[in-house]
Amino acid sequence: MSDRKKAVVYVRLKDGVLDPQGVTIHKALKQMGYDDFMSVRSGKFFELEFESNSADIDVKINEVCSKLLANPVIENFTVEKN
Amino acid sequence: MKYGVVTFPGSNCDYDAYSAAKHVMGEETNFLWHKSTDLMGSDVIILPGGFSYGDYLRAGAISKFSPIMDEVMKFAKNGGIVIGICNGFQVLTECGLLPGALIRNKHLRFSCKFVNLKVINNQTPFTNVCKTGDVLKIPIAHGEGNYYHFNDDIKKLEDNNQIVFRYCDENGNMTDSANPNGSINNIAGICNAEGNILGMMPHPERAVEDILGSIDGLKVFESLKNYVMTEKVAG
Repeated sequence: MSDRKKAVVYVRLKDGVLDPQGVTIHKALKQMGYDDFMSVRSGKFFELEFESNSADIDVKINEVCSKLLANPVIENFTVEKN
Repeated sequence: MKYGVVTFPGSNCDYDAYSAAKHVMGEETNFLWHKSTDLMGSDVIILPGGFSYGDYLRAGAISKFSPIMDEVMKFAKNGGIVIGICNGFQVLTECGLLPGALIRNKHLRFSCKFVNLKVINNQTPFTNVCKTGDVLKIPIAHGEGNYYHFNDDIKKLEDNNQIVFRYCDENGNMTDSANPNGSINNIAGICNAEGNILGMMPHPERAVEDILGSIDGLKVFESLKNYVMTEKVAG
C-alpha cells in the first residue's frame, strides 16, 4: 500500500499584468474602511492528489502546471508538496 | 471554397458563423465536431465564439486538447487559413498558434455592443478587400478580450505588421475611450508572422446582413473568398 500525497499548486499573475479582480477587491476593502492594504492580487490554487510511489511525479507536476494550469504568458506557478 | 466551423462543447456562435458562410456567402460549409479528426477538405477553418468547456480554468485553455485541434494545428502550421473569433481567438492564443493572451476586461464587465475597428493591415487573407484605415462597424460580446503581451513582443508584432485591427472611434481615431476592454494599444485582432492565422475579438459573422445593424463583417468573408479563389486559380 502506498500513501496518498498532495501537491498544492499556486498560480499567480506575473508582476505587471493587470489584475482587475484584485483591483476591485482592493477598492471594496477601502470602502469597508480597511485602509491598511496597499494592494490586492488575486490568484488560483489547485490540489493534485497522487500515490506516494508515483514515478517522476515532480516532473509530471511541473509539466501539467506549464502545459495547462498556468498560462506562461501571464502567470507564474509555485508548487508545495506535503 | 469550403468552410469548416469547429463546434466545441460550449461554442455558441458556431451557427452564426455557419449561417454567414453558408447562407449569406453561399459557400459549402461543414460543422467540425470537437471529437472529430477530419477537417473535411476545408479551405478555411473558423474557431467560433462561445464558452468552450465553460471557460473553465481560463477561456480557451481546455479546448486546445480537443482531438480536432491537433488537426487544426497541423493545418495551420502548413499554411492553412484559420480564423478565431472571440473565444476562438482565446483558443488560438492558448494553443500557441498566436502570441499573447486575452485577460479579463479592464472594467470587469461583460461587454456586448457595436465597436469600430480600424483596418491596420490589409495585406492578409482576411482583409484584402479593405483599404488600410477603413473603419468597420462590428459587434463585440466578451468578458475576457483584453489583449496582453510583453512590451517587447507588442513592438515585434507592430514591426512585423501583425496587428490587423485596432479599436477606434467612428472617425478612425484610436482613442482610449474607443477601447472597450483595455487591450494594449487598442489591439482588436492580430495574425501570425506568416499571415495565415487571424484572431479577433469582434464578431464579423454577426455583421453580415442589414437586419443585424451592419454588413461590415462581410468584408472579412469577401476577403477570404478572394484569397482562396486566387490561390485556387494560381494552383
